[in-house]
Amino acid sequence: MNRIDFLIRKLSFSLLTLLAVVIFNFFLFRILPGDPVQMIVSPRMRPETRERIRQIFGLDKPIWLNTASARASGEVQAAFDSQLFIYLKNLSHGELGESFNQHKPVVELIRARLIPTVILIVAGQLTGIVFGSLLGLLGAWKRKSAIDTLTLAAGLTAWSLPAFWLGILLLILARGKLPMGGFETSGAIFRSEWERIIDVARHVALPAFTLAVLLFGAYMIIVRNSTMEVLAEDYILTAKAKGLSAFRVLISHALKNAALPLVTIIALDLGYALGGTIQIETIFSYPGVGSLMYEAIGQRDYPVLQGVFMLLAVGVIGANFLADLTYALLDPRVKT
Amino acid sequence: MPDQTFPLRKSQLWRTLFRSKMGILGFTMLAGMILVALFGPLFAPYDPYEIPKVTLGDIYQGPNIRHWLGTDDTGKDVFSAVIYGARVSLLVGFAASIIIVLLGATIGMIAGYSGGSVDVVLMRITDAILVIPSLPLMLVIIAVAGRGLTNIILVIGLLYWTYMARVVRSQVISIKERPFILRAHAIGVSPFRIATYHILPQILPVLFAEVVLDVSYAILSEASLSFLGLGDPTIISWGSMINRAFLRGAVTKGAWWYIVPPGLALAWVTLGLTFLGNALQEIFNPRLRTHHLFDEHKMVARARLAVNVDVSTEKVV
Repeated sequence: MNRIDFLIRKLSFSLLTLLAVVIFNFFLFRILPGDPVQMIVSPRMRPETRERIRQIFGLDKPIWLNTASARASGEVQAAFDSQLFIYLKNLSHGELGESFNQHKPVVELIRARLIPTVILIVAGQLTGIVFGSLLGLLGAWKRKSAIDTLTLAAGLTAWSLPAFWLGILLLILARGKLPMGGFETSGAIFRSEWERIIDVARHVALPAFTLAVLLFGAYMIIVRNSTMEVLAEDYILTAKAKGLSAFRVLISHALKNAALPLVTIIALDLGYALGGTIQIETIFSYPGVGSLMYEAIGQRDYPVLQGVFMLLAVGVIGANFLADLTYALLDPRVKT
Repeated sequence: MPDQTFPLRKSQLWRTLFRSKMGILGFTMLAGMILVALFGPLFAPYDPYEIPKVTLGDIYQGPNIRHWLGTDDTGKDVFSAVIYGARVSLLVGFAASIIIVLLGATIGMIAGYSGGSVDVVLMRITDAILVIPSLPLMLVIIAVAGRGLTNIILVIGLLYWTYMARVVRSQVISIKERPFILRAHAIGVSPFRIATYHILPQILPVLFAEVVLDVSYAILSEASLSFLGLGDPTIISWGSMINRAFLRGAVTKGAWWYIVPPGLALAWVTLGLTFLGNALQEIFNPRLRTHHLFDEHKMVARARLAVNVDVSTEKVV
């Protein structure tokens, strides 16, 4: 298969999925019993805000297509003066509406919470990948030994633990040893940038560790299985016969073979990781988009809920496309 | 690894399953929890749905003779609540998996059997749902649609049929060209009859292995929803217990007996299902793991997640 064809196909799939998510989001918050407008405008808002939001989202216009206006003016373009198309246009400008509770644009709220979540996910994923890969290599190398059985059991167990429960247990265990809650010590004055980084790291350590525990099992099993397949190949025997150390054989031959399925699983499981992140941030009062979503649920703050979901969906769809891109670049079976 | 010939005889299935340690362990854990769900409430010391008359001293009692696992923030017995919670979890798990089987098997069968553009369209839809982060999506839907148990079951079922569809499709593709199917087709048996009478029995084992794993996803999803405050408010489930414990200061009070047992119960049942599902996949689905259909690299990666205890040597029947 041609590499360009492959990428075009994957890109159009990603874009179509994105469009489906956007339209789903639009209808979920509009076509429902009761007054659909109350999902976007709230009596809790100030009157002038309410009026502004009504204006921005064209809430007095028809939902699908504005056929009446098109017929009256005789122009086809006027038909797109409907809620759906106004929503799409707003979205392309990053207009996600206004929070019911905090009297701020949703985009602003999300932006303020984005960096902590990115740091948490990157730290958690990296830890999970490193430990998963090492344990996977170890398990494959010593297969059917006690070490193999033990790491497998640990990985499967961690994988099926409820994220929120694991988080609470770690919270109880680590009480007093690490700072609890927040992104950095509030009100602290840092003497150097380095000191600040350490403070941030101490705050993210426990949430990231929780995430890593949830994720490493899947990575471990992938690396272990791919490695076992490779170790049965003849060229590994050759490598060993050449006198390469076990470590070199594992790293340079086996891990390379595990890289592609690993990348794929990381992207595929990002949605799962985000689900875990929502629970973890809630438990550790970590100010990311996950805890923002949790707060929005409690306050019935629909625009925020909708906005965060949009962001997470875009993130996962994007990550999956990146994984496909990596795949196309690395896999020799995709010919140029 | 040799190709498995389907269908296995029932006695063979059990024998193979019990040769796998993981299979025995998973089966025992699950069976134990099913027994608790069925008969536990008959033996539970208290009814968690009854509001007890309590004094201040009854609140957050540690484990003692009257309350084996202590009491919660309203003085209710935690042990009884954990026992009753088994019913909710298993009910959600099995009810959702019925939807998963019906939807997933039907869509997978249609896609695999008809091939062509029908297949392409159905699989693109499946992939799209696979890619959307499921817990956030469930949160959004339940927050808008309301937090009833029925809604929760429906949402889980409607989101998790995708793996089933993928697995069934690849199985159908692998057997639809076999002589007995072609022969049935040639003598004019209707596609519906071929699907239900000739193909379905062949793929039942693989379907069964997949559904066991789906039940565990469903149970974990309900627990996560309940923990995040979107569970059915009229029902006591393990997730909602931990949610209450978290919100009502059990962590600062050090009331571990209100947090650890419901979580252990959850971990027990999901782990049992994961072990059993993995053992079953190992027995039934060796083909999935090794085929290198490029276009389905995601499925291959996913399938490799099945813990294959032994790749290179003999084994299986």
